[in-house]
Amino acid sequence: MLIAILTGFLFAILLFFGGKKLVNHKLALLPTLIPLGLFVYFVRFIGEVSNKEFIHKTYEWIPSLGVNLSFTLDGLSLLFSLLITGIGTLVFAYTSSYLKGHEYLDRFYGYLSIFMGAMLGLVLSDNLISLFVFWELTSISSFFLIGFNNTSEASRKSALTALGITGIGGLLLLGGGIVLGNISGTYSITEMLAQKDFIQGHEHYILAACLIFGAAFTKSAQFPFHFWLPGAMKAPTPVSTYLHSATMVKAGVYLLFRMSPLMGSTSFWNNTLLIVGLITMVYSAFHSIFRTDMKGILAYTTISALGILVFLIGLGAHESYLAAAVFIIVHALYKATFFMMTGVVDHQAKTRNVTELSGLRKVMLPVAIAGLLAAISNAGIPPSVGFIGKDLIYEGTFHFEHSAILLTAFAILTNVFISYAGYVAGIKPFIGKLPEKFEKVKFPSFFLWFPPVLLGTLGFIIGLFPVLIEKSLVKPILWSIGEDAAEVHLKLWHGITPILGLSLLTIASGIILYFVLKPSAKKEAFITKFEALSPKSILENFNRAFSKFSVLWTRIFQNGYLRNYVSVIILFLIALMGYTLVDGTTYKIDYASFARLTVYEVVILTILILAIGLIVFAKSRLAAVVATGIMGYSICLLFVFYSAPDLAMTQFAIDTLTVILFVLVLYKLPKYLKLSDYKMRIRDGILSIAFGGLISILALEVLAQPVNSEISDFYAKNSYLLAHGKNVVNVILVDFRGADTMVEISVLAISAIGVFGLLKLRLKSVERYQK
Amino acid sequence: MKTLILRTASNYLLPILLLISIFILLRGHYLPGGGFVGGLIASIAFVLHAFANGLKNTKRLLKFHPGYLMPVGLAVSFLSGVLPVIGFDEPFMTGLWMHDAIPVLGKLGTALFFDIGVYIVVQGVTLTIIFTISESA
Amino acid sequence: MEFLLAIITGLLYAAGLYMMLRRSLVKLIIGLIIISNGANLLIFLLGRITKGHPPIIPGDSKIFTEIYADPVPQALILTAIVISFGLQSFAIILIKRAYQVVKTDDLDEMNTIEEDYK
Repeated sequence: MLIAILTGFLFAILLFFGGKKLVNHKLALLPTLIPLGLFVYFVRFIGEVSNKEFIHKTYEWIPSLGVNLSFTLDGLSLLFSLLITGIGTLVFAYTSSYLKGHEYLDRFYGYLSIFMGAMLGLVLSDNLISLFVFWELTSISSFFLIGFNNTSEASRKSALTALGITGIGGLLLLGGGIVLGNISGTYSITEMLAQKDFIQGHEHYILAACLIFGAAFTKSAQFPFHFWLPGAMKAPTPVSTYLHSATMVKAGVYLLFRMSPLMGSTSFWNNTLLIVGLITMVYSAFHSIFRTDMKGILAYTTISALGILVFLIGLGAHESYLAAAVFIIVHALYKATFFMMTGVVDHQAKTRNVTELSGLRKVMLPVAIAGLLAAISNAGIPPSVGFIGKDLIYEGTFHFEHSAILLTAFAILTNVFISYAGYVAGIKPFIGKLPEKFEKVKFPSFFLWFPPVLLGTLGFIIGLFPVLIEKSLVKPILWSIGEDAAEVHLKLWHGITPILGLSLLTIASGIILYFVLKPSAKKEAFITKFEALSPKSILENFNRAFSKFSVLWTRIFQNGYLRNYVSVIILFLIALMGYTLVDGTTYKIDYASFARLTVYEVVILTILILAIGLIVFAKSRLAAVVATGIMGYSICLLFVFYSAPDLAMTQFAIDTLTVILFVLVLYKLPKYLKLSDYKMRIRDGILSIAFGGLISILALEVLAQPVNSEISDFYAKNSYLLAHGKNVVNVILVDFRGADTMVEISVLAISAIGVFGLLKLRLKSVERYQK
Repeated sequence: MKTLILRTASNYLLPILLLISIFILLRGHYLPGGGFVGGLIASIAFVLHAFANGLKNTKRLLKFHPGYLMPVGLAVSFLSGVLPVIGFDEPFMTGLWMHDAIPVLGKLGTALFFDIGVYIVVQGVTLTIIFTISESA
Repeated sequence: MEFLLAIITGLLYAAGLYMMLRRSLVKLIIGLIIISNGANLLIFLLGRITKGHPPIIPGDSKIFTEIYADPVPQALILTAIVISFGLQSFAIILIKRAYQVVKTDDLDEMNTIEEDYK
């Protein structure tokens, strides 16, 4: 199973090396074999899973932290795996025509395969941590896919928004996983199930639930995080089909589904989901009817459908779980059809605006059929599978224990809007008169029109023979969330019931609405006015304010004046350390030691102090350089006095070389100029003296503490015995700490190369220009 | 600076200083000295020669660009560290020693070769810097 | 004696910082050199100073018989001195090049931050 998940990643790596050749014209369908093969692989499990034999596999990853790659294939995972690989196959094939000849087709396939692998990993993971990893991987691949047209600023911005929102969601998921892991002592969802009551009674249950909600709502574009999804429609249509309608956005729903046997059936869990789902579905269904961009319409209906799913999970009853399970299948089938159909229209007619499009059936009949099939299924007209789905939704709301009428009314309202939107997107572009400008539109190639027709037809086949999915998919889903599925019988015809009436009411209202309300740019402009109050613009305003603040902050602190940086750092240091040192130092001056001073030492120290004074107050460069040399030699003499012959020699040599260096470049260097005024000098002088004083006090403080000579003693003792050397300093350098010295000489070499490069390599064009 | 005295003196000073630098390098394990100091003294010797005779003559004397000394030195140091790994299955930079002491040098071991590497690198670095600067100054 | 050395170290740091705060590039380099000397001296001082007993094992014995100066700070400083030479030369050359290109020694005039915003 691990191999199945990793296939996508491996293929992406392969593309990295030979991508351009691999996806060229003749082999364009080759990548399609990957999802197809995986689809076949997962289909083989249907037999086992429908007999309630779920498959578990564990690969150890970080066992010490309880983080393992454990995978579970139960009904829910199987459904999603089949969706991912099945729709994936069609999308891959579709892409081969849709992006034919695109310069970066290989990249596109790479991202798609990474996404597919990540998504499979997500739905198969039983461990919350690995689930998080795959969750983030889907976000990242989605980011790359949305921003695939990386030359367009709008694409990049949408990609960033999507990554931001879903990325935050991912972090929340990690948080939720860790909270749950801490409560239960395991990261495995299966093992957590055994402690259900303990977890629900735990004081951190609400926290964990909120974090899980945050993850699911951002990923599944629930209100108020829904706005990234319409933006994500900037992606090429195969991406919208695959990620933003059929699979990735359902990851949040999947998570809620997966967690509901564990955390569900508390009033907090159910009510939150109910309310959020309800708001989302009504809000975005309402928005969808005013859009004129086909993809915009579909984006809002997708959000609405996701809202319905969350809402159904929130109902938390047997009927609603069943409805949700079926609706996932239904929605994936018709929405993918819609998107692929839209892509074809866009690809051939170069516009997606429904107010401009009409009569396209004359030039692309199969696409028109696909649109019609999708619209019918979307509206829930029998004999499509959409009818069964809608039926079950009303079943769920109608039999809910309280406020059933109200909930049902909202569900009907949403469905009316959605079916209207479906007609506008799926039928309107194809009927009516064909405008002149579309007469030249070419008939799409096979792999453009076939996948949507196939999916649309599938919706009808399943609608006519619901038994196809009943035992193989729907029942195992219910089992996997611990529901009893013995009584499940999917049927098109239930006899004359109130539910049938509701369905007919929905269908009728949808059709009436279609004839009453015509999409127009004016209406869209009207609804976009409200965007100013939407969460999207709030976020944008926040971002704008934040970047303004950053600019301000940078201007104040990163002002480009070296001395300001240095002053601020030093001032802070002085304040911080001075505060702790203010209690008084513990160092006692040993006056007796002054008597032991030899005349040589006194002379050297005097010279040193004079040299420092000369450097600071020198008027010319030469004087300063000479004084620097004197300072170096005095320090060298200090080393001689205090038992450091090696240091003295090195200091002497280096000092000589530094002076030579200065002399060589001195006349190429700028002359001393008196740039700062008197006041500034005083200010800097005070700061410097304070800093110097601080260092002195610090040194004295340290000197007052006892010294730990363990390391030195070790080196001194073993210098001859282990390293056969008597000069301990040298033995440390070349033997005990030889690796350090190795790195140090490498650094030296790098600095020499830097000097060489700076002086010998040619000037850049900018510099030449300035010359 | 190209006085006759300095020029004449530097011709003798160069070999003497180089000898001293090697002496200091070799005795480094037992007495003050070592690769760093030795390398610096050797570079000073060349710089002095360059001051007296002109850079071109010194370069001619050297026959190759001192920059090449850096990789050579690094390789010597590195190999002396790797030798225990490939030859004797010991950890990186384990000191290996010959059993018998050699007069003047004392015991011979990988540490000495490491120090020789340092000596070469330091020389290469210093000379590269000084030569490059004086050429373009 | 330590007391005087601590004062000297402080003095070196003060002088180095003062030079670094000037607007002239050359002074910046000199300040850098002074501070690195000060740092060396500080490390040396904190390892405690010992007169007349270098950390070299006397000729005929195998271990130290008397007191000895701490070898660890010395090893640290030795490489620091050499490295600081590399740093100084690089900085000097960088300044020389910068001066060639922008024709100013004044750090304030080298600022390009205003242009970056546009």
